[in-house]
Amino acid sequence: MGKTASRKAFGEALSELGDKYKNVVCLDADLSKSTMSILFKNKFPDRFFEMGIQEANMIGAATGMSFSGKIPFICSFAAFLTGRFDQIRISIAYANANVKLIGTHCGVGIGEDGYSQMGLEDLSIMRTLPNMVVLQPADAKETKEMVEWSINHVGPVYLRLTRQGLKDMNMDKFERPGIFPEVKKGQKVAFMACGGVLEYALEAAHNIAKEGKIDPAVFNANCLNPIDNAFMSMLANNFDEFIVFEDHTINGGTGGMIAEWMSENANRPKRVRRYGIRNIFGESGTPEDLYKFHGFTAPDIEKFAKKYLL
Amino acid sequence: MNQSVFNRWASETPKIRANIIKMIHQCASGHPGGSLSSVEIIYALFAKDGVMKHSPSKVNTFDRDRFILSKGHGVPALYAILHAVGYDITESELMTLRHLGSRLQGHPDRVRLPYIEASTGSLGQGASIAQGIAMSYKLDKNPHRVYALIGDGEMQEGQIWEVASSAVHHKLGNFTLILDYNKAQIDGTVKEVLNMDPPEKRWEAFGWNTLVINGHKYEEIVQALTTTHPEKPTMIIAHTIKGKGVSFMESNIVGWHGSAPNDEQCKQALQEIQQNQAIGL
Ligand SMILES: Cc1ncc(C[n+]2csc(CCOP(=O)(O)OP(=O)(O)O)c2C)c(N)n1
Ligand SMILES: [Mg+2]
Repeated sequence: MGKTASRKAFGEALSELGDKYKNVVCLDADLSKSTMSILFKNKFPDRFFEMGIQEANMIGAATGMSFSGKIPFICSFAAFLTGRFDQIRISIAYANANVKLIGTHCGVGIGEDGYSQMGLEDLSIMRTLPNMVVLQPADAKETKEMVEWSINHVGPVYLRLTRQGLKDMNMDKFERPGIFPEVKKGQKVAFMACGGVLEYALEAAHNIAKEGKIDPAVFNANCLNPIDNAFMSMLANNFDEFIVFEDHTINGGTGGMIAEWMSENANRPKRVRRYGIRNIFGESGTPEDLYKFHGFTAPDIEKFAKKYLL
Repeated sequence: MNQSVFNRWASETPKIRANIIKMIHQCASGHPGGSLSSVEIIYALFAKDGVMKHSPSKVNTFDRDRFILSKGHGVPALYAILHAVGYDITESELMTLRHLGSRLQGHPDRVRLPYIEASTGSLGQGASIAQGIAMSYKLDKNPHRVYALIGDGEMQEGQIWEVASSAVHHKLGNFTLILDYNKAQIDGTVKEVLNMDPPEKRWEAFGWNTLVINGHKYEEIVQALTTTHPEKPTMIIAHTIKGKGVSFMESNIVGWHGSAPNDEQCKQALQEIQQNQAIGL
């Protein structure tokens, strides 16, 4: 079946929802063809603002628009948007401004452009901000659900999107942040995976389960803030081992969040293994080569998990 | 410098353009338009008998002029030129552009490739780094100069205008910034996206020694690169054509910002570049 990039699903969703939500406006910084905000621009030219290559100014201007009744979506590569952290921190988060931040081209999955264009630390930095909802959809449907949820949520939201196509993972419903959808049932071991890596973690889990020794559950770890304590307790009560897969630095991202929560709150010690970009920068290569190099393919994940768990 | 030098450079330029096309074609990604527009500017700096005092053997010293490519996505031009002037990058290494493990990253990486002065790719940052090198050269009374190339879309970044005021305040007469004024960026022409005209008035108003040239004419480039002011930084506004040398790119400057030519287009581009050389264009 065909894959759909979450950036494309975002562009489609925003342009569909623009009819229903008249206060939605969209800003971009010379990347509308890449973030796919161009789909909104084509349909609502008056409500689209081309800001030029001025990410910091775009963040400030969107904040001002949100103070005047608009619901601005601001779009750029995750790397350049979250790179303007001071503006996000003070103008948006501290003021609880109703701005939605769209960071596309996350992870090494972007391929040839290399490290400077890859969002690899965006989750870690964005989840430090108290008001900021931090979401990462795993397929097109979930992206659309999250876009509409974001419009209805009052306050800042960060949405992390891919350049590459994502397989349909049947994520039909997004009800509220903090509850990770269960993608595969299992026992003792839970794979927590997100974004472009979820598909491969699931495939690996099925292969491992077939051998009959380990039966990993798989969750779509689609939200880093807010944290739902009841849901996390459920995880702690049901599983002993967690492996967290993400196309992102292992430092402070999804793995960091889960490890922090478990070490503070779990009723008995848990092992949380972070699996992602481990203290190196990204680099150029085809998306396929990079997924192999960083061990994100299903066979890589399977091999690692068996060795680690058995 | 005399006309025969310029003629020699002009005869060497098509090879550089051809390599840029081949590099971007072989990895099916990259930025041809802004690489082709800056070829003459960068070559006038690096070429034999060119403006910059540099040599492959002096990479690890401060006894040399420096060039920072702030518009990092144009790096195929820089790789092709470093190869052409004798830095240790073979033609076959050129064709590893953007491959896993290559020193030739999609955007410049000074850790992997020591001939790169600054790791750029996030627009606006290279100009500040260049300013800092100029500040320390001035402090050390080092007579060498610092050059940096920015894009006209890049010029929208606030950081560029921080450099615009700061370099004048610090009296950096040893600093030359060059604008690749090719009139296009990603979402449209610069006029459509966020008009920055007239650049010469803006930079002059900030206090720069401002010159306007044709960025494809070696004589004008060299004249401008050697016209300096003891205390003011110099801004060279170089009118260029995005995709220069390839007709179908020149006639669609927005479309060829960041897409690679396919096999057919690559063939046609290489043919045109060769023909232009034959008729001395
Ligand atoms: C901070 C930042 N924002 C956005 C981008 C994405 N980007 C890459 S090239 C480009 C357009 C650059 O236009 P210009 O400076 O005119 O370059 P040229 O025409 O010389 O290729 C953009 C927006 C980036 N590299 N860095
Ligand atoms: Mg330009």
